[in-house]
Amino acid sequence: MSFLGYPRPDGSVGVRNYIGVISTVSCANDVAHWIAQQIKGTAPFLHQAGCGQLRSDLEIVTRTLASVGQNPNLAGVLLVSLGCEGTDVDRIEQEIAATGRPVKKVVIQKAGATVALNEGLLIAQALVSEASQIRPQEFDDSQLVVGVKCGGSDTTSGLASNPAVGAVCDIVLDNGGTCIFGETTEFLGAEHILARRAVSKSVADKILKIVDAMEKRAIACGGDMRGGNPSAGNIAGGLTTIEEKSLGAIVKGGTRPIQNVYEYGERIQGKGLFIVDSPGREPEFLTALAAAGAQVALFSTGLGVPQGFPFMPVIKVTGNPVTFQRLPDHIDMLVEMTAGKGSGLKASGERIYQEVLAVASGKQTKAEILGYGNFPGLYTFGPII
Amino acid sequence: MELKEKAIVLNEKDNVATALADLEAGSTVELDADGKLLTVKVTERIPFGHKFSLTHIEQGGPVIKYGEVIGRATTAINAGDYVHVHNVVSTRGSTGAEGGAE
Repeated sequence: MSFLGYPRPDGSVGVRNYIGVISTVSCANDVAHWIAQQIKGTAPFLHQAGCGQLRSDLEIVTRTLASVGQNPNLAGVLLVSLGCEGTDVDRIEQEIAATGRPVKKVVIQKAGATVALNEGLLIAQALVSEASQIRPQEFDDSQLVVGVKCGGSDTTSGLASNPAVGAVCDIVLDNGGTCIFGETTEFLGAEHILARRAVSKSVADKILKIVDAMEKRAIACGGDMRGGNPSAGNIAGGLTTIEEKSLGAIVKGGTRPIQNVYEYGERIQGKGLFIVDSPGREPEFLTALAAAGAQVALFSTGLGVPQGFPFMPVIKVTGNPVTFQRLPDHIDMLVEMTAGKGSGLKASGERIYQEVLAVASGKQTKAEILGYGNFPGLYTFGPII
Repeated sequence: MELKEKAIVLNEKDNVATALADLEAGSTVELDADGKLLTVKVTERIPFGHKFSLTHIEQGGPVIKYGEVIGRATTAINAGDYVHVHNVVSTRGSTGAEGGAE
């Protein structure tokens, strides 16, 4: 099978063709926002990081922004810098340029925001004009890179939508493509299963290590992750233990071998199934998927959530028919409650896979049409100082 | 949406099923456990999304869903009994504050 995509100089394939307007620090957000509002064909990436943070966190910010700028859905990038930020803007510029994409920069502290805006508008306009000449081509589906996520979970998530999304992962991988999942918090109690699926002992050890580290960070802040997980709402919905919740969550990653584990903000190399160490919260995790190189995200939900992403289509799938009826402006697909097993599961997986190919080829998701998802997050560990 | 099945067994190793509708106490549920047909009479009301036992589970015995251990029985559980936080604890290190086993 195949899809229509945009060829990139680094060999990757985009399913959208935006110019990314990336703010390199929180204080540059407004100018990046203004430019993206005005110039059609751009997509903003705004966030609250990049200054007044520990060096280790600034490293995460730099690496994440450099990776976001290399996402295959971006034909080029305009960096909007303040000038004095802690983010390593030169490195971001160099790493994006190394992929053969045009990358430009405006700096607010040179002559003020109005001048930076004026320069940025002209640059963005020229970059969009250049990008618009890239013609979509047919690509084999082995070029697909799909990120998967669950959120707003209820009982139907583990029974229907997560297994269905997992079935899609298996199809993508069997066709030679790539899938990325994460949300380390929800590996707790099921990490042994993921570790068994690792291609090597070192990868298995990495899986166990990221779960342990996530748990220790929560405990270090004076909490016990498991105290509130499963939550009261989860228990009311029928989930009894954290193992049960996590087992329901990890099925969205399918059943195939896990090739490697990446840190938050790293760009994935190679093909197959990968884990990115990340929290489960949507804005931060969708950024991790975009940074990892996902073209499309598949989002399994029970209660229903609105999130999208500025330049990565997010397809929402629910197994809850009430949610599907209640949120027609957010949820793209409904899968049967009995999708969790047997022939129903395979059929659901294939149906969603066709939707992935359609969206990859240009079909707009509900979140894209609505313009929902302009406020992504960027995950760092330490204090704001 | 009308469901053909009133409950679901997710893996052949499972000793619990999940209700796909509210089940009244004393009602009989027919289940397809990976091609093996089971009939279970539920002993209590089982709300939608909650679990009931398919077999007798000894006190301390594993409760299995998704083919994996999701916890241990704190009391003996009979076939058809409601299975939830009142008779199952996590086997993963909880603080013990809520009765979880370390």
